[in-house]
Amino acid sequence: MGIILEDVGKSYEVDGKRLVVLDGVSAEIGQGEFVSLIGPSGCGKSTLFNIICGLAEPDRGKVLFDGREGVGAGEVVSYMPQKDLLLPWRSLLDNVILAREVDGMNREKARREARELMSLFGLAGFENSYPAELSGGMRQRAALMRTVLARRPVLLLDEPFGALDAITRTRMQLWLLDIWAKFGQAIFFVTHDIDEALLLSSRVYVLTPRPARVALHLEIDLPRPRSAEIVTAPRFLELKKTIMEALF
Amino acid sequence: MPRSSKFTAPLVFIVALIAIWQGLVTFSGIEAWLLPAPWQVAAALKDMLPLLMYHSQSTLLAAVTGLVAAVFLALAVAVLMDSSPWFKRGIYPLLVLSQTIPIISIAPLLLIWFGLGLLPKVIVVALVCFFPVAVSMVEGMEAADPDMVNLLRVMGASNWKIIKTVRFPAALPSFFSGLKIAGTYAVMGAVIGEWLGAGSGLGVFMTRASHSYQLDRVFAAIIVISSVSLLLFVLIILLARLAMPWYFKERSRSND
Repeated sequence: MGIILEDVGKSYEVDGKRLVVLDGVSAEIGQGEFVSLIGPSGCGKSTLFNIICGLAEPDRGKVLFDGREGVGAGEVVSYMPQKDLLLPWRSLLDNVILAREVDGMNREKARREARELMSLFGLAGFENSYPAELSGGMRQRAALMRTVLARRPVLLLDEPFGALDAITRTRMQLWLLDIWAKFGQAIFFVTHDIDEALLLSSRVYVLTPRPARVALHLEIDLPRPRSAEIVTAPRFLELKKTIMEALF
Repeated sequence: MPRSSKFTAPLVFIVALIAIWQGLVTFSGIEAWLLPAPWQVAAALKDMLPLLMYHSQSTLLAAVTGLVAAVFLALAVAVLMDSSPWFKRGIYPLLVLSQTIPIISIAPLLLIWFGLGLLPKVIVVALVCFFPVAVSMVEGMEAADPDMVNLLRVMGASNWKIIKTVRFPAALPSFFSGLKIAGTYAVMGAVIGEWLGAGSGLGVFMTRASHSYQLDRVFAAIIVISSVSLLLFVLIILLARLAMPWYFKERSRSND
C-alpha cells in the first residue's frame, strides 16, 4: 500500500491573478518507506499536503492510493499537522485514541491498547493530564502517538519538530526512527531542514520555489540504523551538498 | 494582593450606599410610603420571609424551567445552523428580531393564550433567555479551530461526530458566558410574567405590595429577586466548572 502522485498541479486565484502553486509534482511513497519532501518555505508544501489528505482537490494530475483512484484519503493516510491539534477538553489518553474512536472501536478497548503504548511514546503517567498541562515536546509526542495509533499504512508528518529546540529535536528524530521501525508504517515527512531529511529518510524529494516542481529526487544510501553522529559522515556531507546545489 | 481585599472593596461600597440611603431618609423626613429606610426594608424582609420564600418557589420554578427550555431550543437551533448554511441565513434575522420584541408587550398575549398558570411565564423566560444562549452557542461553534475539524474529517468522522467531539466542547466557554447573562434575565422574565397575572410568585407579591403603597415590602421583594438571580448565577458558574475542568485548569495556569 503506497501513494503515487502523478503530475499534481494546483493554482489559486489571488486578487484576480492566477497564482500557480504546484506545477506538476510527481512523487511516490512505497510501502513502509521513509520519504522526505524538502522545499523552501511558502513553496506549496502545505498545499501538496492538503491534496494528499483529500482536504484540497488538485487542478490537474492524480493522487493514487495503492495504485487506485477514488480511495478515501482517510483510509490510507493519517496526518500530523505543524500544530499538535490536541483537543484541549480531552485527556491525553482520550486524545491519542481519537482516530480509533472515529473508526468505531470501543472506547475502553482503544484506551487499553493506548495505555500499553504510553511508555513507548514517553508519556506514561500522563494519561489523565490535559494537553495544556504538558510540555511542548510531550504534546508533539502525543500528536505523533495519535497519528501512529490511527493504524493507517501511511503517516503524513508536516514539520512535526519545527517548533522544538535543537537538542529536543535531534532526540525526537532518533526516537521517530525507532517508532518507524516498530510500527512499519510508511512516512512522508515534510521539512525545510536538510539535515533532518537526510538523517531520517530513504529517499528525498527537493522542490523548487513556487511554482513547485521536483528539482531533485535523491536516494539516501546511508546505512541504517542511523545515529546522531551520521551528520558528520563524508557521505552525508556529499548528499547534503547535492541537495544544497539543487536548492540554491 | 491579599485575598481579603477581593471582598473588602465591594463591601465598603454596599455599606456606604446603605448609609447614604439611611441618611437621606432621616434628614429629609420623607414618608415611608414614598421611600422606606433601609432598616424598615430589613424589618419587612424579616416579617415577610416565609411568604417571600413561598412566592420565590413559583418564580424560581418558572425561571429555571424557562431557562432549561431556552437552552435545549438554543442547542437544537445551533446544531441546525451549523449543519445548514441555508437554515442559518434564514433563521438569523428571526433570531435577532425575537430579541427586539418588547417582552412586556407580548406577555399579555401569552396570558390570553395560555391562561394564568406556569406555562406563559415559562414562555416569557424562554423568550428572554433564548437569544443570548443561542448566539453564544452559534458563535462558539463557529470559532472552533478549523484545523481540528479538518483533522477529524480526514479521520473519516461524520458531521455529527465532529459536532460532538470538536464544535460542542469548543463552544462551551462561550456558551457559559451566554448562559450567565441568560441566568440573570431568567428571574426578571419570570417576574414580568407574574406581574401581568398569576396565582403566586414574587411578581404577584410585588404588585400587591405596590398597589397598597407598602414600599418596604416592594424593596424586600427586590432583595429576594436579586438573591434568587445571584443564586442562579452561582449555580451556572459551578456547572461551568463541572462541565469544563480543562478550561479552568488552563486559565489558572496562564494566570500563574
